[in-house]
Amino acid sequence: MIENADQIFVLLQHWVMSFFPPALQHVVGVLISVVAIICVFPALFAISVLLERKGLGRMQNRYGPNRVGPLGILQPVADGLKSLTKEDIVPTSADGVVHFLAPVFLVVVVFMGYAVLPMGRNMTLVNLDAGLLFFFAMGASTELSVFMAGWSSRNKYSLLGAMRAVAQMISYEVPLLLASLVVVMMTGSMNLGRIVDVQNQYTWGLPHWYIFTPWGFAAFLLYATATTAESNRSPFDLPEGESELVAGYFTEYSGFKFALFFLGEYVGMLSVSGLGATLFLGGWSAPFSFLTWVPSWIWFFGKVMLSICVFIWLRGTLPRLRQDQLMNFAWKFVLPLSLLNLFVAGLWRFLGEGFARWGVCSAILLVAYFAMAKVGMRKESFGPRSYRYAE
Amino acid sequence: MTIVFYLIAAITVAGALAAVLLKNTVHCALALTVAFAGLAIQFLELDAQFAGFAQILVYIGAVAILVVFAILLTRGSETPKGGVFSKSWLAGLIIAAMVFAVLGWAVLNSTSVLPNETAKPAVSVLDIGNALMGRYVLPLEIVAVLLTSALIGAVIVAKHEKGSAK
Amino acid sequence: MFGEGILKGLAETARNFGGSFVSAERLTTVQYPEERLPQIEAARNFPFLVYDGADWEAGLRCVACQICEKECPPKCIYIEKSVDKKPDYTGKPQIYPTRFDIDISVCMSCQICVEVCPFEAIKMDTEFELSTTDRFGGLLYDRKELAKSNEHYHKIHPTEATEVDARLAEEKAKAEAKAKAAAETAAAKAAAAATATKTAGGELKA
Repeated sequence: MIENADQIFVLLQHWVMSFFPPALQHVVGVLISVVAIICVFPALFAISVLLERKGLGRMQNRYGPNRVGPLGILQPVADGLKSLTKEDIVPTSADGVVHFLAPVFLVVVVFMGYAVLPMGRNMTLVNLDAGLLFFFAMGASTELSVFMAGWSSRNKYSLLGAMRAVAQMISYEVPLLLASLVVVMMTGSMNLGRIVDVQNQYTWGLPHWYIFTPWGFAAFLLYATATTAESNRSPFDLPEGESELVAGYFTEYSGFKFALFFLGEYVGMLSVSGLGATLFLGGWSAPFSFLTWVPSWIWFFGKVMLSICVFIWLRGTLPRLRQDQLMNFAWKFVLPLSLLNLFVAGLWRFLGEGFARWGVCSAILLVAYFAMAKVGMRKESFGPRSYRYAE
Repeated sequence: MTIVFYLIAAITVAGALAAVLLKNTVHCALALTVAFAGLAIQFLELDAQFAGFAQILVYIGAVAILVVFAILLTRGSETPKGGVFSKSWLAGLIIAAMVFAVLGWAVLNSTSVLPNETAKPAVSVLDIGNALMGRYVLPLEIVAVLLTSALIGAVIVAKHEKGSAK
Repeated sequence: MFGEGILKGLAETARNFGGSFVSAERLTTVQYPEERLPQIEAARNFPFLVYDGADWEAGLRCVACQICEKECPPKCIYIEKSVDKKPDYTGKPQIYPTRFDIDISVCMSCQICVEVCPFEAIKMDTEFELSTTDRFGGLLYDRKELAKSNEHYHKIHPTEATEVDARLAEEKAKAEAKAKAAAETAAAKAAAAATATKTAGGELKA
């Protein structure tokens, strides 16, 4: 019974597959999974948009939207209808083909990332051996779509926003990869299913999630910072800062294309939350060994929604970082710490089992954190202004 | 299987041709990205997962952006006044034909040397890692030094010289 | 510098989030059309004409002196006088306005008309939900729309209204006292005249 509840979607998929001839069964199975992903994650997107607006409102001492349905539940429906029926304005001097392709490319690439996430026991769409690399390859391609959007609008503010966004995303890509690399190093495989399997073991009732190790905790914090920057989310949302550049690189988009960008951003946020849950929070494994009777996919989606809530919480709390502060933070603080984290993870493996390695690794990380904070985040002393003229 | 190969090859060649024939330089860069993607899909079709995804991650995710930045930050986006064909086009054509001949000879000779393999060798990421850290560790370190020196060089070139400008 | 500011900020936002469900201090929104904040007493929006008693025409305090029309800076008041007279609160016959229009799309709520009115006839109302779909005459208020009772005045500006009532009652008492004194002197003079004629008549007889 518990087995069935856990595997209910897999069983449903096999049941539908059984209606088709054996030659087509594999294709039908894959199609069902793809359709399921395409239906579930935009629904989660609608829920997280609503959560964000109401959550931000409550944090800011006000109600969120509460007129449309009871407690404002139908607000995403209203938003969707609005963006579908708005006039699609394309500036005359804009580059038509690229302007059209940018949101399409973004949405395609962002949805591809879901193909390797293990959403439950046996619930990965494609269990690739190099699954993590695939995910990051898709993440890197989103930068190109941001650039395409900004450039094709023929609007210098859009272009400025796009440049800033791309610079930010590239800067935080390296710490993101390094933070995830630690997990790969300790697991010995880039296969996301294997990573979850390794974390699915329990000692004294507590799971072996990587976040409970010193290097895993540091890597989780670095990963969280890097993904907040990668999805252009507050406090790193200068490129789309509403009070700075109107809407940054998607200023010239209206109607459904804007909705597609919005969808792409939030679906991207959901997918990196899913990856974070997989890498550090144990994917679909339960937090305590006596809770393993709860279906695995409930744990996965619960962790994803928890990450979304933390994203919303950060957005409601922190002021926006300026572009140079953001870049300084990336190159002078996050990157050295992630490199050190790799070294500490190696040390962890080298020191062998026991309590010594907990103390040593935690001590190194804490000392490094405070030292880097003091040194790397020093305020620059400004000298007299120098000019450099174009030749 | 060969249908898939021809389809992907057509996309790659179309992208590469568009990259040299289009007028707008940024369009050329985006067409080059399509060529990169085609190459990545070829790698994946040959079951070289690491190579394929690394191609997407590095080429599309970084090199294409670099090319586009280079176009935008210089004046490459303006169409040149004097036309794009140079005067010494005949010499260029001959040299290109010679290079193509050398490459073609190398490729064709190599397949005739190796025995025909119908089964693709399964190379996992673990094997690549072992090879890089074992047999090919010296090339790895040399490439790392090269990249570091390129990075330092880029920073030095881009940095404002202190006190040189008033 | 070490991130404790971020943690403190997160704690504060979390406190706001949780507190907004339990305490009114953390959720100060007034959901507008269903709930309204009460207005303070000194609030003012557009003028209205005060009338005493039940009949707005008979009890209208305005005597069409046209001082407010002349003092109004954007000239939004238009008054037409009557030809007949009716008694005011002291009993004295006064003319009244047959037409008193205020264009509230022009009125700038400066309260000058209230300050210069010698008869406490025009006061500031606090009503602000005045939007209308009739863009030609909808914001031009005539005498009937502007007339509101003294009880309404008491409700919106209680202290002011009681003050005004006290002042008017005082003047009315003074006027009555004067009238009584005048009546008494007149009666005394009449009585004296009557006794004078009686004695005069008596003298003639004798």
